Amino acid sequence: MSTASFKFDKADRSLMERLFEPPAVGKISPAASLVAHFLLIVWSLFVLFPIYWVIITSFKNAVTVNLGPFYIPFLDFQPDLDAWRTQFNTEPNCNFLGIARQFGLFFYNTFAVIISPLAEIQPMDPQICKIYHAFTNSIVVSIFSTAFCIAIGSMAAYALARIQYKPKFGNIMMFVGLTVLVIFATSYAGVPWWASSAVALALFFFLVRAFGKHFKRSLGNGDILFWIISQRILPPIVVVIPIYIMFQAVGLLDTHLALIIVYAVANLPIVVWLMHDFFANLPIELEESAQLDGATRLGIFWEIVLPLTRPGLAATTLLTLILNWNEYLFAVFLAYAKVQTMPIMVAAKNAGEKGIFWWEMSAIIVIMIIPVILMAILLTRFISRGVLLGAVKG
Amino acid sequence: MIGQPGIPPAGSSRSESWGEWFDRHSRTFFIAPAVTLILIFAVFPTFYSIVFALSRVRFTGDGLSFRFVGLQNFYKQFIGTEQVHFLGKIEAMDAFGLVFFIAVTAAVFWWLYRSLKTTTWIGMAGRAISAAMAIFLAWVIGATLLSGNPIGTLLTTLFYVIIGCALQFVIGLGLAFLCSQPVRAKNFFRVVFFIPLMITPLGVGFAMRMVADSSKGPLLPLFNLFGIGSWIWSADAWSARFVMMICDSWQWIPFIFICMLAALENVPRDHVEAAQVDGASSVQIFREITWPQIVPVAVTVLLIRMIEAFKIVDLPNIMTGGGPGTSTESMTLHSYYIWRANDFGSSAAIAYLLLILTVVICASFFNYVVLGQLRKARG
Repeated sequence: MSTASFKFDKADRSLMERLFEPPAVGKISPAASLVAHFLLIVWSLFVLFPIYWVIITSFKNAVTVNLGPFYIPFLDFQPDLDAWRTQFNTEPNCNFLGIARQFGLFFYNTFAVIISPLAEIQPMDPQICKIYHAFTNSIVVSIFSTAFCIAIGSMAAYALARIQYKPKFGNIMMFVGLTVLVIFATSYAGVPWWASSAVALALFFFLVRAFGKHFKRSLGNGDILFWIISQRILPPIVVVIPIYIMFQAVGLLDTHLALIIVYAVANLPIVVWLMHDFFANLPIELEESAQLDGATRLGIFWEIVLPLTRPGLAATTLLTLILNWNEYLFAVFLAYAKVQTMPIMVAAKNAGEKGIFWWEMSAIIVIMIIPVILMAILLTRFISRGVLLGAVKG
Repeated sequence: MIGQPGIPPAGSSRSESWGEWFDRHSRTFFIAPAVTLILIFAVFPTFYSIVFALSRVRFTGDGLSFRFVGLQNFYKQFIGTEQVHFLGKIEAMDAFGLVFFIAVTAAVFWWLYRSLKTTTWIGMAGRAISAAMAIFLAWVIGATLLSGNPIGTLLTTLFYVIIGCALQFVIGLGLAFLCSQPVRAKNFFRVVFFIPLMITPLGVGFAMRMVADSSKGPLLPLFNLFGIGSWIWSADAWSARFVMMICDSWQWIPFIFICMLAALENVPRDHVEAAQVDGASSVQIFREITWPQIVPVAVTVLLIRMIEAFKIVDLPNIMTGGGPGTSTESMTLHSYYIWRANDFGSSAAIAYLLLILTVVICASFFNYVVLGQLRKARG
């Protein structure tokens, strides 16, 4: 105990002094604590109320919604399951088994799309069992896109953390020049896109072979990393129209594959940014000794590096999964009918002409946000351990 | 076929196995997929978008046809028929707007003159771009907002970004500060405060639309209490914008909160406690000890938030559909609506203007604020 607390005995001080004086270093005074708790609770109510309102509205019906606000089930109004029954109707194929079947057929369909865009099978009628259909699409797209994105993103991040790259500035400029040429040739001169890109690609490799060694200035790993991360600045609306045209040209519009690829690219900057930080902070000695023992680079990456960054990997995966689940803008352009995801279905219902059935919409929203809330709670466990902070520190 | 004993199979003596070949080229294979995908789906479309913005695009029988029209699509947004939609109604400038415009211009030129001695030619070029953007925005603000004319999607987007980010930063930092104090049930608050960030923005838009509903929403008793029961927020341009911004803040304050909380908890405890022993007030402690240590994280977080804020589209789309009129439309939503009206050229032009706006503002913020703070932090 320090001398300060001996000097001022508790009884000597007035109530006000005791209220505003911290009892010890590292603690806060009772009054401050009261104010802090009050503010925190007020904010929690502000945060939780909209969620609560959506949940109780999903248990209302046309009457209880339209007769004015009712707040507490059983006291204010009698909850019923109308909205939920409408969603989970009993049409053939519209059940949880249907989701599993849809999931399996996704592989078949993807395979069929690669062979021929015409040979597709559509087991679940999107018009009848909308919500199952959209839910399945959301699951398929977000899981596969996340896996794809994490795989290529963490490999790139690892390479940028451990291998020195020196791309020549001149080569990059040549690539940009050829890209512009391809674009102008296809859009104004009427050259087919596959022909112009093939010629340009061949020309690019030829030019790199021929002139590459004469270029002096080169970029480093930091520049590549900055370039990848800076792609996040790009507003999606800029690229989505050309991407729409590109997928139309190859016949992949309105397929799972299109969404999976585009979502993966959209989240790649985040994955590379976060994973690069984890990899760069690993001690390099382990990898060096493994290399001396004759391990291959892929072996080191798979058996040593990835297990060491497991918490970071899990947190990044969760974050990507959530972002994919929530994505709206790309989906609204690229998935208008057959592979509608949950957000698209909600938006489409919202724009209906008959007016909004608040209770039905609430049920859909609840179905849509329950997985995200669970994942978010899981994610906070990682964040409170400081897993994702490193990258922000710059 | 059975290989003869003692003699290695024909293939492996000349060339290595597949695994060795892969390992030798692992440099390329590790980074190639990511770079290729970004080149195809981010860089290529960005360039391709220019063609759209410079053309009149039509669907024909066998695909698209482009007709080069120069800068007409951009011209339309600034001076032509779409000016009211994009920039706002521009008439004669008020005295107030004129004063604002002249003040900003003078400040910018003074800043340019001062940095003339300190930076290189490249730095000067960058500053000239930032300055041009600042003067242009000052002119638009002076001619529309400060002269009492309706504003367009450009200023609406900036309103969401600048006012919204400022509000979110202040509240998020305040909450993080409260949560970093020794209070009870810290972890519960942490989880609760984090949730909104992860909820689907579309769901947020819908939930907010229900909560803020002015005929049968839950806040009706509150509205009646203040005597504004018959008031409809979605009918007035500015109240609709403010509601939109508050709903956006509901979702994004957690982001600032979670990052700043982590930064606050990284501040060494002994510095704070030493100051407490010396009798410093908590305001002094925050200003003199905590704040300087969290500034680098704060500006980085603000930059990330700004980048994301420019992309706002889901909330206005679901809550008001851009209405009343076009007053809550962000630039992304503006571009999307034009695309739906089959005017691909103008849509791409607006998207490109958004890209320029985002890049110039974020790069300026990064160069003049974030880099400066990071340099200061490293000493």
